[in-house]
Amino acid sequence: METAMERRRVETVSSPDSVEDELELSAVRHRPEGLEQLEAQTRFSRKELQILYRGFKTECPSGIVNEDTFKDIYSQFFPQGDASTYAHFLFNAFDTDHNGSVSFEDFVMGLSILLRGTVQEKLNWAFNLYDINKDGYITKEEMLDIMKAIYDMMGKCTYPVLKEETPRQHVEVFFQKMDKNKDGVVTIDEFIDCCQNDENIMRSMHLFENVL
Amino acid sequence: MATGVAAWLPFARAAAIGWMPVANCPMPVAPRDNHKRQDELIILNVSGRRFQTWRNTLDRYPDTLLGSSEKDFFYNEETKEYFFDRDPDAFRSILNFYRTGKLHYPRHECISAYDEELTFFGIIPEVIGDCCYEEYKDRKRENLERLQDDQEENKDMKLPKLNFRETIWRAFENPHTSTMALVFYYVTGFFIAISVITNVVETVPCGSTTNQKDMPCGERYTVAFFCIDTACVMIFTVEYLMRLFAAPSRYRFMRSVMSIIDVMAILPYYIGLVMTNNEDVSGAFVTLRVFRVFRIFKFSRHSQGLRILGYTLKSCASELGFLLFSLTMAIIIFATVMFYAEKGSSSSKFTSIPASFWYTIVTMTTLGYGDMVPKTIAGKIFGSICSLSGVLVIALPVPVIVSNFSRIYHQNQRADKRRAQKKARLARIRIVKSGSANAFLQSKRNGLLNELLELTGTEEDEQKLIKSTSLLESQHHHLLHCLEKTTAHEFVDEQMYKQNRLETALQNDPSRSPSICSHDSSVGTCCSHRVKRNAALPSVSVPSTHPIPMHQGPLQELRAIHIQCGDLPSHTTSRSNLNLKTDDSGRINCRGAQITTAIICLPTPSALTPDGDGLHGPPQQRPPPPLGHPAAPSIQTTTSSAGTNIIKVSAL
Repeated sequence: METAMERRRVETVSSPDSVEDELELSAVRHRPEGLEQLEAQTRFSRKELQILYRGFKTECPSGIVNEDTFKDIYSQFFPQGDASTYAHFLFNAFDTDHNGSVSFEDFVMGLSILLRGTVQEKLNWAFNLYDINKDGYITKEEMLDIMKAIYDMMGKCTYPVLKEETPRQHVEVFFQKMDKNKDGVVTIDEFIDCCQNDENIMRSMHLFENVL
Repeated sequence: MATGVAAWLPFARAAAIGWMPVANCPMPVAPRDNHKRQDELIILNVSGRRFQTWRNTLDRYPDTLLGSSEKDFFYNEETKEYFFDRDPDAFRSILNFYRTGKLHYPRHECISAYDEELTFFGIIPEVIGDCCYEEYKDRKRENLERLQDDQEENKDMKLPKLNFRETIWRAFENPHTSTMALVFYYVTGFFIAISVITNVVETVPCGSTTNQKDMPCGERYTVAFFCIDTACVMIFTVEYLMRLFAAPSRYRFMRSVMSIIDVMAILPYYIGLVMTNNEDVSGAFVTLRVFRVFRIFKFSRHSQGLRILGYTLKSCASELGFLLFSLTMAIIIFATVMFYAEKGSSSSKFTSIPASFWYTIVTMTTLGYGDMVPKTIAGKIFGSICSLSGVLVIALPVPVIVSNFSRIYHQNQRADKRRAQKKARLARIRIVKSGSANAFLQSKRNGLLNELLELTGTEEDEQKLIKSTSLLESQHHHLLHCLEKTTAHEFVDEQMYKQNRLETALQNDPSRSPSICSHDSSVGTCCSHRVKRNAALPSVSVPSTHPIPMHQGPLQELRAIHIQCGDLPSHTTSRSNLNLKTDDSGRINCRGAQITTAIICLPTPSALTPDGDGLHGPPQQRPPPPLGHPAAPSIQTTTSSAGTNIIKVSAL
C-alpha cells in the first residue's frame, strides 16, 4: 500500500515537469569530476574509467541520463519483453541522490559496487534495489512489484507459459527463505544473513566480476 | 540488439546482480573474454586520407569487412596500417556507422557509387537511419526506373511465351509491343476520327436540290452516311468484343470506364437498327444519336494527356465543387439584387429571379451578351458591381485550382509512396527485433548441439557448426540466460508458444504444474532437466513421480535423455547447469550435473513408459564418468533400452 502510493506520488511529481525536464536536460551539459577524483572514489583503474566514460558519453552526449533514455537503453537488451518497469527500479537504485537523472558519477559508483565491491556491498545494493521506498524493510508488496517487473522482461512467449500467480508464488518462496522471524518483512540483516548462507547466491555474486 | 548500446552491456550485466537473490537456481557461467587485449588504435588509410579509430569500435559489427578478419587482406606491413583504395568521402559515412551505429546517406553522393561502397565494406543498406532512408530509397528507385527504361526494348524480345489471349490483351494495352498492335491502334484511331467527323458533317446543310430547300447532308446522302456509320460501328464492335475476350478479368473490364464509353458509343446504332423510323419514337431516337458523341471519348485510349486530365479532375472534385458552390452563392445574391432593383422599371427583362440568373452568369464571366441589360440606375450600379466581382470570383480561383491540380496529383503519388515505405520500414524493424530475439534462441540450440557433438567426439562436425558468435553476442546471451534462470521460464519463439498453448489446452491436466519453481519443495527440480513434454526445447522437468505425459499417437515428440558430463569445459554457453567448478558443492541442489539434448523419435506408446523409467534408471546410479568418454555409454544404453527409432539428433 505504502509503496504503491509513494511510487505514484513520485511519478506524478515527475510527469508535469517532464517537458521542462527535456528542455533543461538538452541545455544542461554535465561534466564529471576529474579522473583522479573518480579513481579515488571508485575501484576502477584509470583505463577502465576511460573506457566506461567513452561508452557512456557515446550513448548520452549530454552527460546525464534521464529515466526515459535509461529505459530505452535497457529495453534494447530484452527485446522480447517489457523492461521498462525494472529499468525504473534500476534507475532509482542508481540515482542515489534522487535528482531524476543519472550522471556519470552515479553510474560509475554503482558499477564500482556491483563489479568490484565486497559481497556485503553487493547484497546491500540488491537490498536497496528491492526496497522501493527505501525504508529499510522489504515488504511483500515491494517484492511483488520487483518480481512482476522481472517477469515482465521475459515477455509473453515463454516456456512454460507464464501464469498470473507465478510472480506471487515466487515471492512466497522468497519470503519463506528470507523472512526468518516471519514478521512479514525482510530486514537488511535477515537478507544478508540468509544470502550468505545460500551457496547459489554467493556463487552468483561473483559471476560478473570479469565484466570489464 | 543495436550495437550502439554495446557500451552499456557491461552495465546491464552488472545490474543483473539484482536478480541473484531472487533466483532459486544457480546461474550459468559467464563467457570468458579469451582474447582480451588492450584497446588499440588502428589506422585506416583510404586513398591517402588517414582515419583512426579504436579496434573495439570496428569490432562492433563482426559481419562487415572492417569488423572481421577480412581487413587483414588490406594490411600493409611496412606502414602498419590498413590501406583501402576507395573513395575517402564515402568512407566517412561508413566509419561513422561504426562509431554511432547509424548509417547516413550523404545527399551529394551518387547513389550507385554509394551502393558500391556499401557492398564493398559489407554493410547492408537496410541499416540506413530513418533520417536518410527515404532519400536513399527515392534516389535508388529513380535510378532503377531510368535503367529499366533503357532495357525495356530489349526485354520485350525475351518474354516467355504467352498464350493467345494474353498476347491479345498485351497488344491492346501496349500498342508498341508489336506491329500488328500498332496497326490496329492506328486503324481504330482513324475510324474514331471518321465517325466523329461524319457525325459533325451530317448536320451541315449541303446545298439545295431542285425540289427542296437546304437539307443537311445526312438526309441527302443517307445511304453513304449509313454505310460509313455501319463500318465504324462494326470496327468498334469487333474491337470491344476482342477486348472482352482477352481481358484477364472480364467482370472488372466490363465495369471500367473505357468499356462503358465503348458500349455507349455503339449502342445507339444497334438500338436504331432495331427501332423503325416511325414518328412516335423518333424523338427518342434523335436523343440517342446524341450519345454518338461519346465516341470522341474513345480517343482517351490513344491520348495519355486526356487520361491524366480525367484523373486529376476526379481527384480535384472537391475543389471544383467548392468553386461551383461559391459561384452559385454569388449568382443567387446578385440575381436577387438585380431582380429587385429592376422590378420597378417597365418592360424589364428581369421577370423573375431565375431569369436574372442568366444575366448574372453572363455578366460575372465577363461575357456580356447584351440580351438582358439593366435600365434603372440602381440596376446599373449593381450590374457594374456584379461584373467587377465577377472578375474576382472567376479569375482568382482558377490559378488556385490549377496549382491544386498539380499539388494534389503529386501529393497523391507521394502519399502512396510513403505508405508503402512505412510498411516496408515497419517490417524491417520487426525483423530486426525478432532477429535479435531469435539470435538468442538460435544460439541456445547451437550451444546444445555443440555439446552433443563434443560428447560424441566428432571433431569435424563440431568445427563446422560452431558459429562464430562475437564476444558481445555471447555476453548478451549469457545475460538473457541468467534471466531465464532467475524466473525459471524460458524464452521461446512465437510459434512454439502458440503450439504449447494449444497443447496445454488440449491436455488440461490440473495435476501438472508447468511452472516448476512454484513447486515449493524442490528448489532443485527446476534445475534438473528431466523428461519433458512436447516442447521443442529441452527444458522444464517433470518430477519423476509424475507419469510420462500422455501424448500418444502420431505426434513426433522430442525426448530428453540424460547425458552425464561432469566436466564440460567452461566456454560453452550452453544450458548445462554445470557451475563447472570441480568441487561437488554445485551438485547439492541439482541432482547430478546433467545436460539434456533432445532426440526426435517416433514414439510408440508402449515404449514411452518403459522408456521413461529406463531413462531415469541408469543416470542416477552412475557416478559422473571421467572426461573424455562421458556420454557414449549412456547414449548407447538409452538407445538400447528405448527401442524406439531414433531419427536424428535435433539441433536444439
